[in-house]
Amino acid sequence: MSDINPALETFSQEVDELLSAMEEALLGLEGMPDDADCINSIFRAMHTIKGSSGLFGFDDVVAFAHEAETVLDRVRNGERAIDAELIAVLLACKDHTAQLIQHALFNEDEALPEALQQQSLALITRLTGQAATAGMPTTQEEKADHFEVDVNTTDSSDNWVISLAFKQNALRNGMDPLSFIRYLQTLGKIIEVIITMPTLPRIEEMNPEDCYLNFKIAFNSSADKKTIEDVFEFAEDDCAITILPPHSRQEHYLKLLADLPEDQVKRLGEMLVEIGALTEKEVSIILHEQHDEEHADKRPLGEILVAKNILQQPVIEQALKKQESVKQKVNKESNYIRVDAAKLGYLINLVGELVISGAAMRLMVDKHGLSDVDDVASTMSHLVEDIRDTALQLRMVQIGETFTRFQRVVHDVSKELGKQIQLQITGGEAELDKTVVEKINDPLTHLVRNSLDHGIETPAVRLRAGKPEKGTIQLNAYHDSGRIVIQISDDGQGLDPDKIVAKAIVKGLIKPDQILSKHEIYNLIFEPGLSTKEEASNLSGRGVGMDVVRRNIEALRGNVSIDSELGQGTTVTIHLPLTLAIIDGFMVEAQKERYIIPLSMVEECVEMSSDEWQIDEIQHYVNLRGQVLPYLRLGDFFHKNKKHTHTQRESLVVVRFGDAKAGFVVDELHGENQTVIKPLGKLFENLNGIGGATVLGSGDVALILDVQGLIQHAKKRVNPALALSSMV
Amino acid sequence: MTAKAKKDDGILHLSIKDDMTIYNAQSLKETLLGYCHTGTKELQLDLSAVNEIDSAGLQLLLLLKAEAQKRAFTLRLLRHSEAVIEVFELLKLGMYFGDPIVIPATWKKS
Repeated sequence: MSDINPALETFSQEVDELLSAMEEALLGLEGMPDDADCINSIFRAMHTIKGSSGLFGFDDVVAFAHEAETVLDRVRNGERAIDAELIAVLLACKDHTAQLIQHALFNEDEALPEALQQQSLALITRLTGQAATAGMPTTQEEKADHFEVDVNTTDSSDNWVISLAFKQNALRNGMDPLSFIRYLQTLGKIIEVIITMPTLPRIEEMNPEDCYLNFKIAFNSSADKKTIEDVFEFAEDDCAITILPPHSRQEHYLKLLADLPEDQVKRLGEMLVEIGALTEKEVSIILHEQHDEEHADKRPLGEILVAKNILQQPVIEQALKKQESVKQKVNKESNYIRVDAAKLGYLINLVGELVISGAAMRLMVDKHGLSDVDDVASTMSHLVEDIRDTALQLRMVQIGETFTRFQRVVHDVSKELGKQIQLQITGGEAELDKTVVEKINDPLTHLVRNSLDHGIETPAVRLRAGKPEKGTIQLNAYHDSGRIVIQISDDGQGLDPDKIVAKAIVKGLIKPDQILSKHEIYNLIFEPGLSTKEEASNLSGRGVGMDVVRRNIEALRGNVSIDSELGQGTTVTIHLPLTLAIIDGFMVEAQKERYIIPLSMVEECVEMSSDEWQIDEIQHYVNLRGQVLPYLRLGDFFHKNKKHTHTQRESLVVVRFGDAKAGFVVDELHGENQTVIKPLGKLFENLNGIGGATVLGSGDVALILDVQGLIQHAKKRVNPALALSSMV
Repeated sequence: MTAKAKKDDGILHLSIKDDMTIYNAQSLKETLLGYCHTGTKELQLDLSAVNEIDSAGLQLLLLLKAEAQKRAFTLRLLRHSEAVIEVFELLKLGMYFGDPIVIPATWKKS
């Protein structure tokens, strides 16, 4: 990493020095275990590393160093003796700290790899686990008075502590507690038995056939908890049994906990059963009790386990910690999966093929009338549809990130030009295909720079025009009928239609006597070689821009339009498809040729009946419920030279693009179709009215209509006055 | 009667001539209770004839020991039978009762 900042560099050097000092001191301790200077130097190293790491927010390092520091503090205070074992662990800790810091320095913001995390846990266990046992004083049980012994006293030496509280009827039910204890002997050595009779009444009232006996047995055995529990299997009903594992077990459990796989979040009970600290039976009993507790003060499982003396506190704590860390890890993993874009692309392609072969299967099923296969095929089609949507969703990204990049551009450019400009972003959460986002970046940059350069005036000019000194550029995005709309608007000087017309006439784009609508005039600026700026700046105005912008956007099956008000500002609107790969299509047929209309653009389908719609065959429009709707016969449009006979009943498909509407006259409606868009070759790039092609289940090719282009075409053929009214 | 008693200066000597199990716990308790009166200074129990002792029997012995402490008389267990010794060993009760246990030469621990 070359751009490591100076502070971090200092930190890294300091840590290196501290760690080598620590190593030296540790090695020195091997000879003289009581050297206070060495111990202090080790403590200082860990303490300083913890402090400085905290400054840089290296939380993993801090957490680990903290544990080491705690242990070292105890050593320093003489609470813990230093021995060869501890020195070895501390050396390992030193190496581990170095690794953690390397990771933090060079993989900023990346989660700690599992290996390092595991190592951290293992080392902490070695550090603190031993501390726990070493620090626990071993107390001798009072033997003088068995009856006074508190039932909850735990024997802290290295034994299992088994508590048996027999119920009153145990003897009468044929239980003999002695026989269980005899059997227990076969599993290990009984170290100590404490007999208590807490419920014993006065001797006169005592019923000798009742059982008043409680046993607390210190038991030394290498058997696991389950085996020991099984000894008392038959006594279960007449006896409350708790089995507290010995402390050596506790360490064993801690180790097992550290080694548990971190692939999924488990419940506390499950984890403890898995490492053998609890048995299934214990869990079910405790859960039952927990369930029975009053709603308000339900205690967590861990608390009950400790309170009931089934497990020691440290094991529970470690298990909870582990659970938390797994949870975080799983969360992190589920939040971020980095996938190669190429793999994703491959997946999308495969899904495309799947859609096509699904359609082929559908076709076969229908053709052969296999009614029993029909259900299966339908289910599969649904699944394929879901897969398609999900796969496409994978590539969806929010456009916000692209937008925010322009903050910098606006900031830099406005300084350079001596203008005051702010950028407002709205709708940044609108999602679209990543490939589209990548390709829209250049055109967007160009449009924003245009606004900066040509649109917004200098502060002086703005003040004179009665506008606020600070100009505003707005980037906005929203979804509209299956497409995304991106708007770049400014409150600048706007476009001057007269200038554009003059320039266009000079360039020979239009004839001097041609009458154009305002809209058409503005859209002239997308023609090659037209720039209204007299002088070209280094930003824009060379007249090679807007036409490239339009071409880029049209290559994405999108379109761009411009609207402006002289002196008020300009708005450029870009319509883009959400995805380039697969769409929901609507299949129609005209003159034996199949066409796909993007379903999101289809408004309605009606019968082409002259009685109802007052069809004007010459002007090509219909009166659709009082609305003038230009229409186009797809068959005539694509096969101009053929003579067609319109014998059968025709249908009118009403399509909408933005504000514009038109009708397509077709012979037959085939309904919805999942359309995998295959780009047409270079040769067909300039075909009018065709946006692409798709392969049908039957293997035939259907053309995907460029609805926008066709609407324009349909409008041109009707009277301009009518066209204008239809747009309202 | 399963036990027989000798009385001598407040020292009671009692031989238990039967097993100490749940089956006779009731009568055994009544017998033993009968000896726990104010005049008693020491209660000696001869356990040599106890061929079997179970939890109920053990419970009675423990009860008696507690009662002795309460009433401030001495409970002395004598001539523990093998069955008794086995239970005392199992539960480490020798120290608690504090009576010398004589392990007979014919100990036939099997």
